[in-house]
Amino acid sequence: MSDVNLTPNIDRPDDFYADLLGAHEGLSKEQSDALNARLILVLANHIGDSDVLRGALEAAKL
Amino acid sequence: MLDDRYQLAFKAYPYQRSPDQDAKTPVRHPVVIMGGGPIGVATALDLGRQGIRAIVLDDHEGVGMGSRAICFAKRSLEIADRYGCAGPMLEKGVVWNVGKVFYEDRNVFEFNLLPEDGHKFPAFINMQQPYFEQFMIDRVRELQAKGAPIELRGKNRVDSVEMKEDHVVIHVMTLEGPYTIEADWLIGADGANSPLRGMLGLEFEGRVFQDSFLIADIKMKGDASFPTERWFWFEPPFKSGASTLLHKQPDDVWRIDFQIGWDVDRKEEMKEENIRARLDAMLGPDIEYEMVWSSIYTFQCKRMDRFREGRALFAGDSAHQVSPFGARGANSGMQDVDNLGWKLGLVLSSKAPETLLDSYDFERGHGADENILNSTRATDFITPKSEISKIFRNAVLNLSEKHAFARPLVNSGRLSVPCTYDGSSLNSVDGLNAGPLRTRPGSSCPDAPLADGFLLPELGDDFVILAIDAEAPGAFEQSGLNVRVVSVSSVDDPSGQLAGRYLGEAHSAVYLIRPDQHVAARFEHFCEASMRAALRRASGQEA
Repeated sequence: MSDVNLTPNIDRPDDFYADLLGAHEGLSKEQSDALNARLILVLANHIGDSDVLRGALEAAKL
Repeated sequence: MLDDRYQLAFKAYPYQRSPDQDAKTPVRHPVVIMGGGPIGVATALDLGRQGIRAIVLDDHEGVGMGSRAICFAKRSLEIADRYGCAGPMLEKGVVWNVGKVFYEDRNVFEFNLLPEDGHKFPAFINMQQPYFEQFMIDRVRELQAKGAPIELRGKNRVDSVEMKEDHVVIHVMTLEGPYTIEADWLIGADGANSPLRGMLGLEFEGRVFQDSFLIADIKMKGDASFPTERWFWFEPPFKSGASTLLHKQPDDVWRIDFQIGWDVDRKEEMKEENIRARLDAMLGPDIEYEMVWSSIYTFQCKRMDRFREGRALFAGDSAHQVSPFGARGANSGMQDVDNLGWKLGLVLSSKAPETLLDSYDFERGHGADENILNSTRATDFITPKSEISKIFRNAVLNLSEKHAFARPLVNSGRLSVPCTYDGSSLNSVDGLNAGPLRTRPGSSCPDAPLADGFLLPELGDDFVILAIDAEAPGAFEQSGLNVRVVSVSSVDDPSGQLAGRYLGEAHSAVYLIRPDQHVAARFEHFCEASMRAALRRASGQEA
């Protein structure tokens, strides 16, 4: 059992945010949606732990 | 009056007048089975082999046309092996292991089922359903010749039933007029549209999937051929369907399923020229083929609330339906029969209380829920219901080409495996703590190699004590149940598979195995008191 980490954990938040927007630059809405979906899947696989994933889904619902 | 509702592949049980039709008062039989399809005939085989009189009533005279269920799983073959008819199935069926997944014009990945070694039967065979039925009916004829009390009555249509406290009155129509019989137990193996369900006013609710699929069975002409693999296309470039499945069957026949959408003109789609247009787009203009059979199907995922209603028991499609993805239709019906046969046998011979049959409802209800869950999830992947579900589906497919991690998310059907009856009242508490999870109480016994042959045929179809590297008595009897003891040694299997599947970290094990080859209880050593308690529990004599 582990909980999703909801405290600040990203090394350089501004850099990450810029990279995220950069990845979407020049993409159509459709391409961006597809990129986001792929990104979620890649990150989810990296996490792996189903408790953390469920916690992340809950946290994302606000 | 008794018109055929569908075309027959072949006649198997032509109408013959039964003495029951001339009886002054209705004749009472222990078991009457409505429906002479695979599940009805399998039920008759199971009961007939136990010496229980089983009468199958069918409003047709044989096996319906069309390949229909084509994927038969290992567990179904193991059950058929108990009945004595798996040999011809294995000989006829096509064994396949490799699956390829295509997305648009790309083969994004392929997989190998990598069947586990040390099993008598392969993970799957492909075979047209009429063969499966024929081999079981052939077995019925063999057993009848040896005196097994099985009867298959063709053109006997059940028109109404009356449920009584301890039996069912069954009104039957034939070409020569009506007659009435009675049954201690009535089995509804009368298919997805089960007339019996209607007669008893039982609800059957579930989820309808808004899509239709066109099946075409074709025989290649000339040298054209495909390998013996399962090919699944998502959004194929040939546009013949939103998804397409290609599968090999015996007799050089290929099954192709096109997903063609919900709002289709069935009559128009079924025209040969239109089916050929889809096939030509897929196969290319130079491939010549002969069309063997075609059909359009839609499907639903649903189940009855209860599989037992008084003296009626439902099995197979009459009790539950799933999408075809995963081969969970006929295969789950065979597991129903496997579960029901021995329980009915014990109840009819007064070796178990009637309440044992409630465990059929629990256990197979559990199986139906599992199948519906798996099949609904596969369907949601294959036919995404919303924009966002399609975005995720396509994201998975695109990633699967490059990255192995995404491949387990691709769901074109999770192939049928037997269900574990966790939580069943027939299970005893696991007494082999170091034992493997896969053989915990409730599990279906996995096969394993022995010095001379395989484990499952040794278990047979009675209650059995399986002792592995353990002391056990020569035989065991309790309340009329004769339990055989099968003693094996893990050194008989140099591959270590027997030990891996049944011992795990334990040094010895004693299993109590049910007649349907599911584990009822297991211990490290034989203890008479524990074994007697487990046997009482497994036969429904003790909660």
